[in-house]
Amino acid sequence: MQKNGPVALIFHTLVLAFVLAPLVIICLVAFTPENTLSLPTTGLSLRWFKAVFAHPDFVTSFWNSIWLATLSATLAIALAVPAGLAISRYTFPGRDFMNALFLSPLIIPHLVLGVAFLRLFALLGATGSFAWLVATHIIVVTPYVLRLVLAALSGLDRSAEQAARTLGAGEWTAFRRITAPMILPGITGGWLLAFINSFDELTMSIFVTSPATVTLPVRMYMYATESIDPMMAAVSTLMIAITAIAMLVLDRAFGLDRILVGQR
Amino acid sequence: MTARSSFVPAPWLLAGPGTLFFVGLVLLPLALTVILSFHAYDHSSGIQNTFTLSHYVAVVTDEYYLSIFWRTLRIAALTTLICAAIGVPEAYILSRMRDPWRSIFLLVIIGPLLVSVVVRTFGWSMLLGSQGLVNQALELFGFPAAKILYTETAIVIALVHVMLPFMVIPVWTALQKLDPMVEAAAWTLGASRFTALRRVVMPQVTLGMLSGSLIVFGLSASAFAVPALLGGRRLKMAATLVYDEYLHELNWPLGASIAIIVLVANLCIMLAYNRLVETRARRTLG
Repeated sequence: MQKNGPVALIFHTLVLAFVLAPLVIICLVAFTPENTLSLPTTGLSLRWFKAVFAHPDFVTSFWNSIWLATLSATLAIALAVPAGLAISRYTFPGRDFMNALFLSPLIIPHLVLGVAFLRLFALLGATGSFAWLVATHIIVVTPYVLRLVLAALSGLDRSAEQAARTLGAGEWTAFRRITAPMILPGITGGWLLAFINSFDELTMSIFVTSPATVTLPVRMYMYATESIDPMMAAVSTLMIAITAIAMLVLDRAFGLDRILVGQR
Repeated sequence: MTARSSFVPAPWLLAGPGTLFFVGLVLLPLALTVILSFHAYDHSSGIQNTFTLSHYVAVVTDEYYLSIFWRTLRIAALTTLICAAIGVPEAYILSRMRDPWRSIFLLVIIGPLLVSVVVRTFGWSMLLGSQGLVNQALELFGFPAAKILYTETAIVIALVHVMLPFMVIPVWTALQKLDPMVEAAAWTLGASRFTALRRVVMPQVTLGMLSGSLIVFGLSASAFAVPALLGGRRLKMAATLVYDEYLHELNWPLGASIAIIVLVANLCIMLAYNRLVETRARRTLG
């Protein structure tokens, strides 16, 4: 392994400072005792955190987002694993079309998806229901799952599965006992990526949420456009804290680079 | 492909439900939006049942809309360039580190990807504001305070921050496939550090960089939260323009026509870029 020179390390430090600066400033400002966005100079205060928990809109939106992300990530797995099996294992008419269709939400801007859903729901009279919101999020997160599932399947040694089939295991048993455990890192990584993408999604959701189904990012966006006070910093700090904890747990359990690369 | 491909119905049963779901919720809404973009609109009575090309004509001839499209392209291109200039060397530096530093710093660089865009944009609006830390630092060194917030500079800075992980990840992935001993072998065989970097490392990195650029450009050109929060009401990009037409002006057909233009432009750039990546891949792999 070669070492990095001093220039490389200075560059690296600057990049780290750039990446961390906005997050650090949020966490500092959240503890200000003042009424305005300012760095805490006279003392630390938890008043803005208390304000967040006393603000029912933020609490409701938080749970909306958690449910939405959990449901859409799980349903995306249920959709992407069989689709991935079909695409990676069979040649059939329409295969390329299906593959392109499943991955298309990656190249369709979320903004366009948002207005398209809005039009569909307006015609169906379905605007504002939570079930439809989940459906839109499944569309958005499925490509992430499918990509990792396809990567896991393509790197798979199929001899174990063929051995199981030779030894009399049915198709379903072979999948459940052999294939599924082998592609589990891909599935888990896909679920997590899907969860995070759904939890953070703003641009599409802003068109399809109703006052009752507002997600946390949409709530924060609306709040940030209307008022500027340290409460926004406090909510953001809580989100950063939750993300950091989740990230550390993930890294301990699977290794973050393994999830991002799919498989090592 | 395999012996089992003789089971003709199997793939249809596996992928069928998902396909129906995607046709109903991707293709159908997009088709409806295309149709919507041709509907006439009247400010007092709303969407009309007559068809017209007037929205598209208005969008491509009106100076106001054209300037927004140019701004969008300019900002996205600049963001992509800066992301490549920062992300590629950073991924290379990371790949040369030892564990545990390597894992820790990778986590720090990629971690912000998991933090909501609204949070990160809000952080930049505090840093770049007139009383923000950046201006305080400028004044400390004797420079006059600059107006950064609500300018294109602010949008580019925040977009680079948001998009950087999308550049680092593919380059890092490409570098993981490169055996570090190959670079060392090039040195042993008399190549200078620069030559080794150019002839051994760069070919590997280029593909990662191209696919990273593709993602960064596409996401930047259609970014909503960053221009909406850092551009103010005056500095619009394509996404914030569509948002305004839909939710403030309520002129859905006009908004739809802009959204369709954004979509088509995005698809064209992606296809062109894809072709480039494929040609590159074929040439590199022989």
